[in-house]
Amino acid sequence: MIEIHNIHKSFNGKKVLDGVSGVFQTGKTNLLLGASGTGKSVLLKCIVGLVKPDIGSVTFDGTYFTNNKLDIKQEIRRKIGMLFQGSALFDSMTVEENVEFPLKMLNGMSKDERLDRVNFCLQRVGLEGTNKKMPSELSGGMKKRVGIARAIAPKCTYLFCDEPNSGLDPLTALKIDRLIKEITEEYNITTIVVTHDMNSVIEIGDNIMFLYEGKKLWEGTSDNILDSDVPELNEFIFANRLMRDAKKVEEEERNQAE
Amino acid sequence: MDEAILIGINSIFIVALVSTFIGAVSTVQVSYNMESAFIPRSTIGFIVREMIILELAPTITSIVLAGKVGSSIAGGLGTMQITEQVDALEVMGINSISYLVLPKIIAALLVFPMLVILAMFLGLMGGYLAGTLTGQLTAQEYITGIRIDFIPYNITFALIKSVIFAFLISSISSFRGYFTSGGALEVGSASTAAVTNSVIAVLIADFVCAQLLL
Repeated sequence: MIEIHNIHKSFNGKKVLDGVSGVFQTGKTNLLLGASGTGKSVLLKCIVGLVKPDIGSVTFDGTYFTNNKLDIKQEIRRKIGMLFQGSALFDSMTVEENVEFPLKMLNGMSKDERLDRVNFCLQRVGLEGTNKKMPSELSGGMKKRVGIARAIAPKCTYLFCDEPNSGLDPLTALKIDRLIKEITEEYNITTIVVTHDMNSVIEIGDNIMFLYEGKKLWEGTSDNILDSDVPELNEFIFANRLMRDAKKVEEEERNQAE
Repeated sequence: MDEAILIGINSIFIVALVSTFIGAVSTVQVSYNMESAFIPRSTIGFIVREMIILELAPTITSIVLAGKVGSSIAGGLGTMQITEQVDALEVMGINSISYLVLPKIIAALLVFPMLVILAMFLGLMGGYLAGTLTGQLTAQEYITGIRIDFIPYNITFALIKSVIFAFLISSISSFRGYFTSGGALEVGSASTAAVTNSVIAVLIADFVCAQLLL
C-alpha cells in the first residue's frame, strides 16, 4: 500500500500539485486520471522520488520515503518497477539485456538464473523469442511490453505506469491495460497508472483518483465514475461521444429496472 | 572497457590522420621559414619535434577529441535524459551519475595519454615523410634534428596536459549531456555547447599548464 499526504509541488512559481493526498491499495490497479497538464505525471514522479515535493510525504507499506536516508530510499526503489511513457528501453541493449539489466545490477543471481527469469518475464508479456532484438526493431506496443517485462523482472512490489497506452492503437492499448491488471492481481502488487484514456478507466480502474489543476477532485471506482457529480470530471468523461452513449444506455437500463 | 573502445579505438583514425598531416605541414612550413645558410637543416627537425611534443600532439589531439568524443558523450547522455532512460536507472535504485558518467571520465583519463603518444609518434613520422619526400631535408638531417637536446620532461609535461584535458573534456561533455532537458533540439544544443566549452577549457588549461609546469 502506498500513501501520499498533502503533496505540493511548484515549478518556477507555478503550482502543479496542490495538497494531493490519497491511498493506493495493494492488489488493485490505481489510476491517476486527468487532462493533460493537471499534474498526474509530476505526482507519479513525486511518489517514486524522481521529483522532490515541496511539501508532503509518501510512505510505502508504512515506511517513510520522501526525505528518508538514501539507503532506505534505495531499498524501496529496488522494489519499484516502472513503465515509462516512451518505454525508456536502453537503446544500446537487446531486449534480453534490457530485461536482465535490473537483475544484473541489483540481485545476486547467476547468469543462468537471470536468463530463466528473463525468459519467464518475456513469455509473461507474450514476447518469447524476441531476446536478441534491439529496441529499434520493435513496434510501440512491443516496446511497452518489454518495458513491463523489465519492470516486473526483479519481482517488484510496486508497479508504476506513466500513460502505458499512449500512442498505441485501441486493440494494443487494451492488451497492455489487461496485461497490467493481470500482473497486478497475479503478483498482488500495488499498481499506479497515469492515464487520460477513458477506455483504460472502464477496463482496469479499480481505484481512480481524478486530478484537476493539481488538486484531487474525485476518488472512486470505474463502477461509479459515470455517476459522479463533479462538473470538471463529467466534462472530462463526457467529452467522448462513446461515454455519453454509455451513460444514456446505463440510465435507460436503470429506468427499465425501476 | 566499452567506453575505452568508444573513446579510444574509434578515435585512432582521426587522431592518426590529423597528427600525421600536422607533422608534415609543420615540417614544410618551418623549412620554408628557415632558408638560411647559417642555420643547419637539422634545426627543422628540432623545431618540429618541440612543436609536436609540447603543443601540437596534446592540444590539437585534445581539440579534435573534444569535437568527436565530447559531442558523442553529450549527445548520448542527452538522448538518454530526454528519453527517460536516466530516470529508469534512478527508479531502479541505480546512481545514474556513477553508472553513466564515471566510466566515461575514467576511460578518457586512460585513453587520452595513449592517443597523445600515438599522435606524437605519427606527427614526427609525418614530418619525416614530408621533409624527405619533398626534398626539404635529408633523413639524416631530420633524425639528427629530432634528437638534439631532447628533454624527457617534455614528454611528461605533454602527458600531464593530456590527462588534464581528458578530465575537462569528459566531465564538461558529461555535464552538458546529463543536464539536458527538452527534446531533440536541446540535445543538439547540448552537444554544441559541450564541444565549444571543452575547447575553451582546453585552451585555458593549456596556457595555465605552460605557465605552471614549464
